[in-house]
Amino acid sequence: MSEHRPNPDALLAAIQEAGTRKQRGRLKVFFGMCAGVGKTYAMLEAARREQGAGRDVLIGLVETHGRKETDALTAGLRILPRCRLEYRGVQLTDFDLDAALSHKPQLVLVDELAHTNAPGARHQKRYQDVLELLEAGIDVFTTLNVQHLESRAEAVRQITGVTIKETVPDTALANAELELVDLPPDELRARLADGKVYLAERVATARDNFFRAGNLSALRELALRFAAEHVGQDVRDYRQTHGIRDPWKSGQRLLVAVSAAPTSASLVRWACRLAGELRAPWVALYVEQPEPLAENESRRLAKHLSLAGELGAEVVTTSDQDVVQGLLRIARERNVTQIVVGKPAGWRVLDLFRGGSLINRLIRESGDIDIVAVRAEGGRLPGRPLRPRLENPSARNYGTALGVCALTTALNAILQRWIGYQPVALVYLLSVVGLAMFVGRGATLVAATITALLWNFLFTDPRFTFQINNTEDTMLFATYFAVALAMGHLAARLRAQELAERAREMRATAMYLLTRDLAECGDLAQLLGVMVRHLGDTFHAEVALSLADDKSATLTPYFAGSWSMPDKELSVAVWAGQHRQAAGLGTDTLGSAEGLHLPLVAGDRVPGVLSLRFRGTVPLLPAQRELLDAFCRQMALVLDRQLLRDAETRASLLAESERLGKTLLSSVSHELRTPLAAITSAVNGLRDAGPLNPAQQGMAAELEEGATRLNRLVRNLLNLSRLEAGHLHAHLDWHDLNDVVQLALQSLGPALASHPVDVKIDAGLAPVKLDAALTEQIVVNLLSNAAAHTPSGTPISLHACLEPAWLVLQVADRGPGLPNLDLTRLFDRFQRGANAPPGGTGLGLSLVKGFSEAQGGNVTAVNRADGGALFTVRLPRVKMPPVPEAEP
Amino acid sequence: MSESPKPLVLLVDDEPQIRRLLTVALEANGYRVVTAASGQEGLSLAAHHRPAIVVLDLGLPDVPGQEVLRRLREWSNVPVVILSVQDDETGKVAALDGGADDYVTKPFNTAELLARLRVAMRHAVRQDEESVFQTGALVVDLANRRVTLKGQEVSLTVTEYNLFRLLVRHAGKVVTHRQLLREVWGPAAEEQTHYLRVYVGHLRDKLEANPSEPSLILTEQGVGYRLKS
Repeated sequence: MSEHRPNPDALLAAIQEAGTRKQRGRLKVFFGMCAGVGKTYAMLEAARREQGAGRDVLIGLVETHGRKETDALTAGLRILPRCRLEYRGVQLTDFDLDAALSHKPQLVLVDELAHTNAPGARHQKRYQDVLELLEAGIDVFTTLNVQHLESRAEAVRQITGVTIKETVPDTALANAELELVDLPPDELRARLADGKVYLAERVATARDNFFRAGNLSALRELALRFAAEHVGQDVRDYRQTHGIRDPWKSGQRLLVAVSAAPTSASLVRWACRLAGELRAPWVALYVEQPEPLAENESRRLAKHLSLAGELGAEVVTTSDQDVVQGLLRIARERNVTQIVVGKPAGWRVLDLFRGGSLINRLIRESGDIDIVAVRAEGGRLPGRPLRPRLENPSARNYGTALGVCALTTALNAILQRWIGYQPVALVYLLSVVGLAMFVGRGATLVAATITALLWNFLFTDPRFTFQINNTEDTMLFATYFAVALAMGHLAARLRAQELAERAREMRATAMYLLTRDLAECGDLAQLLGVMVRHLGDTFHAEVALSLADDKSATLTPYFAGSWSMPDKELSVAVWAGQHRQAAGLGTDTLGSAEGLHLPLVAGDRVPGVLSLRFRGTVPLLPAQRELLDAFCRQMALVLDRQLLRDAETRASLLAESERLGKTLLSSVSHELRTPLAAITSAVNGLRDAGPLNPAQQGMAAELEEGATRLNRLVRNLLNLSRLEAGHLHAHLDWHDLNDVVQLALQSLGPALASHPVDVKIDAGLAPVKLDAALTEQIVVNLLSNAAAHTPSGTPISLHACLEPAWLVLQVADRGPGLPNLDLTRLFDRFQRGANAPPGGTGLGLSLVKGFSEAQGGNVTAVNRADGGALFTVRLPRVKMPPVPEAEP
Repeated sequence: MSESPKPLVLLVDDEPQIRRLLTVALEANGYRVVTAASGQEGLSLAAHHRPAIVVLDLGLPDVPGQEVLRRLREWSNVPVVILSVQDDETGKVAALDGGADDYVTKPFNTAELLARLRVAMRHAVRQDEESVFQTGALVVDLANRRVTLKGQEVSLTVTEYNLFRLLVRHAGKVVTHRQLLREVWGPAAEEQTHYLRVYVGHLRDKLEANPSEPSLILTEQGVGYRLKS
């Protein structure tokens, strides 16, 4: 039984995915073989059904091409206006992503998933808009033709001869529901003939070609097969989670060798399909070689690698002098079972020196790894394109080689007189070996050939011909040629190794220096300074760092950056931080930005965003990009740790100051209250000691009254200092409001003797959640304030009632009311009314305000229309949890 | 009482003024007094003199009052009345839950302190529960679970009766929220203060002459309830 148990990791992944899918929107794709099968129509019909079922549906963008049946379907659905973008004086309209996001509908319709957005839009491609919608939890309906699928584009090109530029990566459909919209080819052609299919004018010329019956059948098969495979994947996921044994051979792992060659793209697609069929994970590997790539080559390489990434491969770059070694090393490290390589187009002389062609060596040395050689497609360029050496730094190498050849020849012409023509060859050999130390392999080999020929032409008899007469010279020439080539090759190889080593070492050193300097940083400022400096030095870029603010969830540019970002760039950085994706220059998102913005991701937090503006315009080489990513990871970790440490320090400082404050307050409180306690006790003692005469009684009463007032003042002052220091924390608990009010009335005692107080607590005011001590003080202060500011004999009313969200306490008097001018400053500390009676410190109302706010409430004061002041305290109302039912 | 020797009070407070005043007041009311100025001294005097009751200040300079109480409770059941400052509800509750019998808040009234002492000592002496409790017009027959007010039987639910009986058993003494909740609703309900507020409300409606100005079941804000004896 146990072997049928689902793998716990797979199960966990499925649960997590189900969790995120619940928050993420769901994507439904109406999928067809080509234009004209009725995808948009089917989508609109489905949308109407959804709206009929009570969902909030919004048409983000639908192309009806003015067709009546389709137009009619949009009636009754909300349509989002398109946004207008101006590009080089041309008005373009497109899907308005931000408006769609702000509408927050449950379902958005966005036609033509493969569409390329107008320049200046946030994303290059519409599918990225859709992904953002899904991430925001909005469901999306969209349409797609099979030819726009990244993994099928090549097949479609082979079938129809039309190159598809607008493609969607297969991963975008990963969790999508696919609805196949199918139409038999004959019917489609009939519809086409009736003019029911809209085609853009530029496509119209290709239409006869494209819509041939044979093509349509092939496209239909492609579409059907993709839909079937997609379903297959769902079934497979289901099988895995439900412990149904996979009938497929498991443990397959693919590796595809990626290069800068134009054919590599189709190789990557081929590998993706194979991996899909085998249900195997796959790795795309680039083996970086010592010779630098030309700019267009490195750009192409980056494209191939990102294509592989989009198709779901794990992208790896390694550097090795020998491609075969590099491939096999990584393949063994990752337990790869099959390596996919391109079939070489021709035979190369150099292969001889390498011990056979790449593919032969790979087959020989691969051991138990299968090698799949695929005929490379899509290389439109005839054969191998000549490398544009002239723009290349290696052009200089060739120049150097030629110069050295000329110099050596001149020297030899002089030397020949003394040493004869044969040793001259050794001088040539010396120069070739010397050259090999400084220039690349190609230049060395060229120099070896030229010098051999020169020696033959200029120095051997008969001179100034390529003829050689005696056997000795023939031998010498042949040997020289072979030795020069070999030496040149070996020396160049050594040098190349050294260069590669040096580059690796440089990267390792850069990383080491960064970690070392980061480790030495004591505080955030130093840390950020080190980051900015290292990034700038290593990548020749201006650097800006923005830190995320936890509370407001905003990004703040850090002042010490070497690049002061304009607002536009900052907004790109914000996007990168929010979506945890690189954005800006060289990426698919907001690629028109000046800088590259990389989020620093540490676990589930993004403590900041890194922004780089490169001094050169050259895009980063894959190895550099990898180093940059490694830098980012390292920095994110360190930054996150530092931020946490800072927060911890702040918290402990706060706790310490709070502890000190509390100690001080309690000792002050003790010191002040002890003598008061003594006075009160002494008065009681006097009364107990024996009957007092009226004068003595009066004095005892005065003493007691004074002590009570002093005690209240001490209490207020202590509360005030607690408020000031921020140490006042409300202890909310359930209380009977009547208890609180009664205690307040008791503690006021004689102070209220001259004012009748009318207390009204609404019936149904069940226990309320509040801080009893603070609320008691609120009532005490409001009542004593009212008593102090109104003529004796006038009534004071206290009324408690409930509002939906608040518990309301109102104290109203019939006095002269509040002076209008002071309304704003009424609750300030030490603010005493102009007509306040002597005594009193002006603390009462500020305490009322502080205590109300400490409990999450507020206080307001107004003059009543019919005279007198009205103070209203509102405290948040909490619903009382159930109480066990009373049994009879 | 007149024939029994005067009860001995151990007064532990670091303030000489309070010690002097209380000594005078207590001696005038028929107690003998020994005083200690620190927690350590208080503990050794308690062991030495075996007082009938201890008055303990919570804010002592050497050993905190709570700690003195804990050590005292390790070997003695002597009634302890706490002296505490205002606004220190948590300290009071902790001391009461830690075994103190009652508390008085500074600045206090001497008469109030004397009353607390009397109740605490009475509870300490009485081992077997009296089966009938009476205060004013209220009679509680604990043996027969009958409550009558002015001769009229008052019908209480089981929970109300359990709660009320607990207050009656500790009549005159404060009973903390935690004690009440644990005894009546079980340990899981120790934090559910709102149960108490609701049920005390019911009891007051049934037993108090004027429920909005209770004179029988008194609220000790932030601490608990006290049944007037």
